[in-house]
Amino acid sequence: MFLGVELIKKVPSQLHTPLMSGSNAISGITVVGALIASSREGGTAIATLLAVLAVLFATINVVGGYLVTDRMLEMFKTKAKDGGKP
Amino acid sequence: MNPQLIRGLGYITASIFFIFGLKMLSSQATARRGNRVSAVGMLIAVVTTLTAMEDIRWFWIVFGAVLGCVVGVLAARLVKMTAMPEMVGLFNGFGGLASLLVGWSEYHGKWAAADPVSLFTTVAIFLTVLIGAMTFSGSLVAYGKLSALIDGRPILYKKQNLVNAFVLGAIAALGILFCAQKLDQLSSGGSALVYLELIGIIALALVLGVLSTIPIGGADMPVVICLLNSYSGLAACAAGFVIGNNVLIVSGSLVGASGLILTRIMCKAMNRSLANVLFSGFGSATSAKGAGYQGQANPIAPADAYLILEAAHNVVFVPGYGMAAAQAQHVVRELGELLHDNGAEVRYCIHPVAGRMPGHMNVLLAEANVPYEMLVEPQDVNPTMEMVDVAIVIGANDVVNPAAKEDQTSPLWGMPIIEVDRARTCIVLKRSLNPGFAGVDNPLFFKDNTRMLFGDAKASIASLVSEFKQ
Repeated sequence: MFLGVELIKKVPSQLHTPLMSGSNAISGITVVGALIASSREGGTAIATLLAVLAVLFATINVVGGYLVTDRMLEMFKTKAKDGGKP
Repeated sequence: MNPQLIRGLGYITASIFFIFGLKMLSSQATARRGNRVSAVGMLIAVVTTLTAMEDIRWFWIVFGAVLGCVVGVLAARLVKMTAMPEMVGLFNGFGGLASLLVGWSEYHGKWAAADPVSLFTTVAIFLTVLIGAMTFSGSLVAYGKLSALIDGRPILYKKQNLVNAFVLGAIAALGILFCAQKLDQLSSGGSALVYLELIGIIALALVLGVLSTIPIGGADMPVVICLLNSYSGLAACAAGFVIGNNVLIVSGSLVGASGLILTRIMCKAMNRSLANVLFSGFGSATSAKGAGYQGQANPIAPADAYLILEAAHNVVFVPGYGMAAAQAQHVVRELGELLHDNGAEVRYCIHPVAGRMPGHMNVLLAEANVPYEMLVEPQDVNPTMEMVDVAIVIGANDVVNPAAKEDQTSPLWGMPIIEVDRARTCIVLKRSLNPGFAGVDNPLFFKDNTRMLFGDAKASIASLVSEFKQ
């Protein structure tokens, strides 16, 4: 928790979105939990089913989250072009 | 080396990657690498987990993961930049849902293995499904509001807080019952009653997620998205306690903290407390409305607006959600360049809560290739607003509403705004005189130095651009 606070005290507003979606992607870390849950010894069918669904959604969260963030950051690259700075 | 050690090392490495990744995300130069660093951290965490597991049900895992990848990639690739807020909200909801499912699945797993379950674990399961479910349904509501599937205005009814309190109380009661079970004394399979309690908690938490998001209006969405983001982290953190996994606990709390900080930044930008955002039902029928339309708005035709702009030396664009809705960011950039070539100083002033998610406008303007140096914050422009010849307000409403400074009864009272009413001329692009998302009338529209350019923002700007080109 303290780490988190230390990290993000000062963020330019420019980066609020990527920061949000980047940390959103990290929240998909629950995929690890899903993997572990999916392979318990002697897990019942329903436990496995739930865990596999968890893997599915967590993967969407992770993959989607990182890609979207990357796409946004790509646009932030300062490009040389006309009409820019005088 | 023993597997225990490898796993420990792997998880620590992954956590360090996450921390560094987030740190790099908070500065312009390293943001993109930071995102990739944290993605690598994720990969390390997953691989570590797989190596440490026995008895892997490969087929199912691969099935889930591949399907998840396909959906994730497609969604991320195909989404329009203007639809970004709802996409992020949706992903976030999926994260919450996944945590909920982990908790639920663990419940079954514990039973099947007939493990003695500690009070600690039951509490963790309870928290995981509670936060996970709230995050999921709350995010779905946010998604619906943002993508206009459901009405974006706050939904309020009498005794709302009472209903919420009742649901919360019921959850707490069920939670206490659930956690009080001596799970270890139950035979394999568990008792139907306990299971019902768990299902009840999940159902009620889903309801609570919906109830707590519907009273929030669209203008407050940035705050809500941040908050839900924070929740999804906490859910992952709780799931980590359920399965006793450090990497989940560390990164979950990391996300929880960063979400909270962003939430605080957003609230500060609106000069309101979080409680106020969550419970006040901003812009509802119950809050004090302005005195209605006060006087006469002055409409203007694009040709006349062009004449004003042509003579301007100092122009500030103030984009808001209307720019996103009309997808006008590219024509806006084009107009900005024309003005610049015409010898005017051009800046884009962005309010922290403009749009529907944190940094929404920055993303759109970046997409349209507006140079980063031209984006400024309200405190950079306000002090010299008298020097600004023309302020062009594109579908922003509440963030430029002078009522925040002038009208103590206004729900916006006290919110720091971009003071475009002090510019020499203010051109407001809007489809109609209707109030914005907060449902608060805007006296700006009726000021002497304001001109209303009615119509679709994209079309209006495009006609200005063509005027310039003639």
